[in-house]
Amino acid sequence: MAETETSLVEAVRLALRRALAEDETVLVFGEDVARNGGVFRATEGLFAEFGERRVRDTPLSEALIAGMSVGVAAAGFRPVAEIQFMGFLYPAIDQLANHAGRLRNRTRGRLSCPMVLRAPYGGGVHAPEHHSESFEAMLAQIPGIRVVVPSSPARAYGLLLAAIRDPDPVVFLEPKRIYRALREPVVDDGAALPLDRAFVLREGDDATLVAWGAMVRDCLAAAAALAAEGLSCEVIDLASLSQLDEATLLASVEKTGRCVVVQEAPRHCGFAAEVAARIAERALLSLQAPVARVTGYDTVMPLPKLEHLQLPDAGRIAAAVRETMSYR
Amino acid sequence: MARQPGHSIVARFSIEAVRCIDAAGRAVGPLPGFAADKRELAALYRGMVLTRTFDQKAVALQRTGQLGTYASSLGQEAVAVGLASAMRPEDVLLPSFREHGAQLWRGVAAEELFRYWGGDERGSDFAAARADWPVSIPVASHVPHAVGVAWALQLGGAPRVAVCVLGDAATSKGDFYEALNLAGAWALPVVFLVCNNRWGISVPVERQTAAGTLAQKALAAGIEGIQVDGNDVVAVREVVAGALDKARRGGGATLVEALTYRLGDHTTADDASRYRDSAEVSARWHEEPVARLRAFLTAQGLWSKDEEEALLGECHAAIEAAAEAYRATPPAPPTAIFDSLFATLPAALEAQRREVARRGGD
Ligand SMILES: Cc1ncc(C[n+]2csc(CCOP(=O)(O)OP(=O)(O)O)c2C)c(N)n1
Ligand SMILES: [Mg+2]
Repeated sequence: MAETETSLVEAVRLALRRALAEDETVLVFGEDVARNGGVFRATEGLFAEFGERRVRDTPLSEALIAGMSVGVAAAGFRPVAEIQFMGFLYPAIDQLANHAGRLRNRTRGRLSCPMVLRAPYGGGVHAPEHHSESFEAMLAQIPGIRVVVPSSPARAYGLLLAAIRDPDPVVFLEPKRIYRALREPVVDDGAALPLDRAFVLREGDDATLVAWGAMVRDCLAAAAALAAEGLSCEVIDLASLSQLDEATLLASVEKTGRCVVVQEAPRHCGFAAEVAARIAERALLSLQAPVARVTGYDTVMPLPKLEHLQLPDAGRIAAAVRETMSYR
Repeated sequence: MARQPGHSIVARFSIEAVRCIDAAGRAVGPLPGFAADKRELAALYRGMVLTRTFDQKAVALQRTGQLGTYASSLGQEAVAVGLASAMRPEDVLLPSFREHGAQLWRGVAAEELFRYWGGDERGSDFAAARADWPVSIPVASHVPHAVGVAWALQLGGAPRVAVCVLGDAATSKGDFYEALNLAGAWALPVVFLVCNNRWGISVPVERQTAAGTLAQKALAAGIEGIQVDGNDVVAVREVVAGALDKARRGGGATLVEALTYRLGDHTTADDASRYRDSAEVSARWHEEPVARLRAFLTAQGLWSKDEEEALLGECHAAIEAAAEAYRATPPAPPTAIFDSLFATLPAALEAQRREVARRGGD
């Protein structure tokens, strides 16, 4: 099977195309996804290949997109719907929390909801206001759904396929800042990656860096810089925020004794707090330093000229690691 | 309105209202074909009496601490029974929380409904009507599900229809309009049955909207809206049957506004005397659907005192037996709170499930 240098957004498209081809019940829909191929082109070419029956433009209607996904999923299809930007996903939370995450339980398994809601998320692309949000923690608190965030083209491909094949609802958040920022070989072989599993991207002994989405890249950059200073960092991509792979997280922290959690969302009640709490509950005695968080500030996402202040970068991450190392 | 040069009328609308039998039980015109068959009318009558018996028992169970908060459908039996009797088994019902009569008609057991309203996790499923949806406690957020189901039915190609029931207050919500809009744009096989019982808890429909009818809310979505006397089970069945037939033939969606009245409190947790006049309620008792059909049947010589007594006895016995079975249900295992959450419980939740299982003996 040919390996092709692929960007993250192309990997999303490859996975969608593969899913549409392998399963008649897969439906792709959302705002501008058909003729226009999506505002980020994630669905480009799918309408031409699969037709309006399978790939369809909806009205501009986020609560509807989420709600009709619940309906069409329970009636035997596998909807993969797009919310154009995460900032416009708030109306869909009603459907995710009140229905998608509850339908299987609410019918003792008679009806289920194998839906995927995809949304580009996060900052760093100088987008207009409301277009750079990241409130993954709000979603991760909803029982009965999974929240999955890829951080590379290969993981985007494998995790999206897994999300589509999963029998339960999945919110799939695509870090749009790295939609085209990196390329790597992706084999379009239909192989899914496991959900509920974190990925150790770099091994190290001195400190554990934990992140997801676009921040993984900054953690890897920080780890590379710190290596030059003689510090060896382990980098974990959580990938599945719910359900969280606690075992991988704890094994790493027990080994390194130090942990820095990185998120671009505001600090207060962010997902990093959950990670820190898990470590405090289960690995406190392995710690040689307090768990550190590098996060956005508790303010609204700034307009593009100041958004760099909000987004953690390799420099801030490395500084946090050095601070952590100062505990002896 | 004076028309000026350059101004023209580009749209006008009218809303049709349908009634077959008036409040005194008299036919107001030729009746639909099915009404010539006594067995059909008797079945509708039985459905309404069974529903009322169920409601009475549910309220009694709640008042004696044996059921949770319950939403009675007293006075609205013709809506539930009329719409359900028009549906085919393979159609899909997406009810709000006051359509017990429709669920019973479609084969959901009274015992199963008691279990749900009694707070037993296992009451969340039922053995019949396997494609039907659970009641939606959130108001109107199930309307988008109905268009999703309708899309699936359209893709599936069989002539099946989704039927979504919602209240008058529910038509104030955005998700209702969003769903209506899609139903129009995609010509989906769906019927929206708006049960206008004139109240949304304490807010009367006049303060819910300035629209003269709720049926006209359909027009902006490009679908047909029609009103029906919701206390006239014959008319409800006829109008819903027409809407279903149209949808089956590819004619798209219809909004049916059924005009009825909530004779009881909003729920057992509510006291309607705080916000509405008892004189209004008393007046509305003269229009209620069960007495209306009984008056019609009696006047036609189709219904005897003996038949009435036999029916009341049969419904009473059935509901008592269901209540008994409900009361005899052994407690659900504690792990029921996890066992249907995902197809396979994620490993991350196993410890919590084990803890709950351990606490079973608490
Ligand atoms: C979205 C939402 N808001 C508020 C409530 C609380 N609530 C339950 S029923 C109700 C009134 C509903 O009125 P209507 O739609 O007319 O239905 P009815 O109760 O009359 O059958 C309210 C406010 C709810 N369940 N869901
Ligand atoms: Mg009402």
